Amino acid sequence: MGKHEVTGIASPNWLTTRADALFDRVKQWLDPAVNWSRANSLWPMPFGTACCAIEFMAAAASRFDFARFGMERQAFSPRQADVLICAGRLPFKLAPVIRRIYDQMPQPKWVISMGACASTGGIFDNYAMVQGIDTVVPVDVYVPGCPPRPEGLLYGVLLLHKKIKGESLVTPGLREEHPLDERGLRLPPATIDEISEPFGNSLHQFRSA
Amino acid sequence: MNPSVAAVRATFGSAIGRAVELCGDTIVYVDPARLADVLRWLRDTPGHAYDYLVDITAVEYRDRERPLEVVYFLRALARATDLRVKVELDPAGDLAVDSVVSLWAGANWLEREVYDMFGVTFRGHPDLRRILMWETYAEGFPLRKDFPLRGRFSRAEQVHQALNANPEAHYSLEELSLAEVQQDLPPDMVERLRRGERGAVPNSE
Amino acid sequence: MSTRTVTYALGTTGIAPGGEPVRVPLGAAAGAGPELGGEHLLLNIGPQHPATHGVLRLVVELDGETVVRCIPHVGYLHSGFEKLGEYRFYNQIIPLTDRTDYLAPMSNNVAVALAVEKLMGIEITPRCTVLRVIACEMSRIISHLVWLGTTGIDLGAFTPFLWAFQQRERIYDLQEMWTGARLTTSLTRVGGLMADIPEGFTAGLREFVRTFPRTLVELDRVLTRNAIWVGRTQGVGVMTAAEATNWSLSGPMLRASGVPIDVRKDQPYLGYETYDFAVPVGEHGDVYDRYLVRLEELHQSTRILEQALDRLPDGPINVTDPRVILPPKSRAMSDMEAMIFHFKQVMEGVSAPVGEAYLGIEGPKGELGNYFVSDGGAKPVRWRIRPPAFINLAALPKMAEGHVLSDLIAINASVDIVMGEVDR
Repeated sequence: MGKHEVTGIASPNWLTTRADALFDRVKQWLDPAVNWSRANSLWPMPFGTACCAIEFMAAAASRFDFARFGMERQAFSPRQADVLICAGRLPFKLAPVIRRIYDQMPQPKWVISMGACASTGGIFDNYAMVQGIDTVVPVDVYVPGCPPRPEGLLYGVLLLHKKIKGESLVTPGLREEHPLDERGLRLPPATIDEISEPFGNSLHQFRSA
Repeated sequence: MNPSVAAVRATFGSAIGRAVELCGDTIVYVDPARLADVLRWLRDTPGHAYDYLVDITAVEYRDRERPLEVVYFLRALARATDLRVKVELDPAGDLAVDSVVSLWAGANWLEREVYDMFGVTFRGHPDLRRILMWETYAEGFPLRKDFPLRGRFSRAEQVHQALNANPEAHYSLEELSLAEVQQDLPPDMVERLRRGERGAVPNSE
Repeated sequence: MSTRTVTYALGTTGIAPGGEPVRVPLGAAAGAGPELGGEHLLLNIGPQHPATHGVLRLVVELDGETVVRCIPHVGYLHSGFEKLGEYRFYNQIIPLTDRTDYLAPMSNNVAVALAVEKLMGIEITPRCTVLRVIACEMSRIISHLVWLGTTGIDLGAFTPFLWAFQQRERIYDLQEMWTGARLTTSLTRVGGLMADIPEGFTAGLREFVRTFPRTLVELDRVLTRNAIWVGRTQGVGVMTAAEATNWSLSGPMLRASGVPIDVRKDQPYLGYETYDFAVPVGEHGDVYDRYLVRLEELHQSTRILEQALDRLPDGPINVTDPRVILPPKSRAMSDMEAMIFHFKQVMEGVSAPVGEAYLGIEGPKGELGNYFVSDGGAKPVRWRIRPPAFINLAALPKMAEGHVLSDLIAINASVDIVMGEVDR
């Protein structure tokens, strides 16, 4: 009998044995049921800003139709949404808006960063653009593309389904809210600067800046 | 060369500078002090009647010796004729020019954008505040040549400034005065606004 | 239809002679201001909202349901295009333009290419001219279809959205066949195009032109004489011809107000003077007229596409000047001179002469202009986009004040904005 994985108590006793058995049951029966229902009815909050929003709309329309993947109702109110899909570039002026929308969503919630601009800032490496929404909100799935084809977005959604199905109710802290620190940042400043660095050696090639 | 140039030179004399023709378009330089009069004359005089303002923008050159130009694109709809009017300002000095909102209502947002991007003040503009960046944006005027492409602050600081911009940054004074009535703002902010001050981001570098 | 009279019993100090509510400046002494007393509601619509057509924020002051004041806030999608353009070669600017008006990317590509070619004094080939006309009209069709679909949703009609997007998919297939991308096409290059149309493109486009009018008839049948549609759009958001001119409106917004201006007819480019098409002009300047104008423009664009397909000449799509257009790869690999031209263009870009040029085209939203200033180098000193949606949107408060909140949504939809272009 090893260390109890949830409570971390090393020495087994009557209570931890019961707790172990209970958590095993949860993992065996409840987790798959809960994860299956969560994954198959992800109601998206479409935070559509730019071109990716148009491909998102195309994915919602009849040809690609992500309603067949459970995303039947687009929840325009964050209070009723499961997954925030940031479709499009995020300028600094819009950063507090997405943070507030993310904070307004109830747990369980996930974030899909759709497109190159939402993932890393895309072609807009300049004064106005957030270099990736993960500096502002935590992201679960990144969908690359400029814009990603609707099939690409659907693949990203399916990856999210897979991620959700691998989750467990007993994992500590998985569904915990992480509010911003006292400076109002999600990540330490050094990390933000590091992940916002210009791509590769683009600064050293005189063709572009 | 657009015949309006000769006509306006005959009327305003020395207020009209040089006129050039580039790529088929006529450009005429005007003294900033007489700009509003010249543009009003161009709009109201029959035979010229530039009743449509196509665009207003500004150009700063890489050569620091050259002046910063504010460019007005005018069009006479009935004659399908364009005219470009420029005023030259000292880029190192006070950038100010008269507003033409009273002549063409479409100039309102166009002048606000030139103010936001270049820092040019338009005297007489009813509501001159930033339009593309948020109102307490502290980094400067983005389209100036001394403003770096990626901004002046570090990325972390830019995120910090963006996320912490208080409600003042996102509302105009008119709206805040209404919000005041609804007591949406803390009392010290209300007091500052009553005095006409705008705020800055707390704890910024 | 009828005019609507709104009387203000409470709240403001009155209506000024121009018909607008009296605005009291902030500096006025306390107590002399409007006795609002909590009667007016400050409502924030957006920037995240399904009916704002992008990240537009409207702060409205409401007296019950009536919009007393409407203050739009833009800039939530400001991406620094014009600044980026100063650090890019002219051909590197073309991919940027897909992202401004992302509903009609090929028209942006064409607009920038034409302005740069005007600056450089380049004349494009006949085949390229006709292909660019095809690109512009295809873009007009997809832009107006999005407009129709989303305006329908705003006003409660969901089905036209699905029909419109189904037709858009057909154009997307053609765009993908031609350029490789559905949306970010980057079609043009300075002096030509990225590629010639492939096998099967003309057949596909002819099929589209043949069957698309049926969808337009269906849309017309569902909307034009629908009591709800007419009731919500007639008499709403009126701009007179004089006001529309003074507010620098362009495109369908201007024409619906009765001003018969279309850049394709008045200052033609790409040989538009040789095509046979009509320009619909409205009468009342309300939302309903704008709808009729855009619906008719869809018909006319189909006509132009048919004529363009009939007259498409053979020949090269690019000019032959090796300093402007990359030589074919096979020659660049075998001929020293071609290799040097290839190297110089890729590494140093194509230089423009000292000077400046402005060229406006009739984009789907209005006059889309590009202004380039060059100091002789390969990167512009200034790239200015004359954004029709931005300028049209500035008139929103003028149109909406005095109407009720649901009319505000209809008026906002009728302006046909795309925030990528508004904010750049």
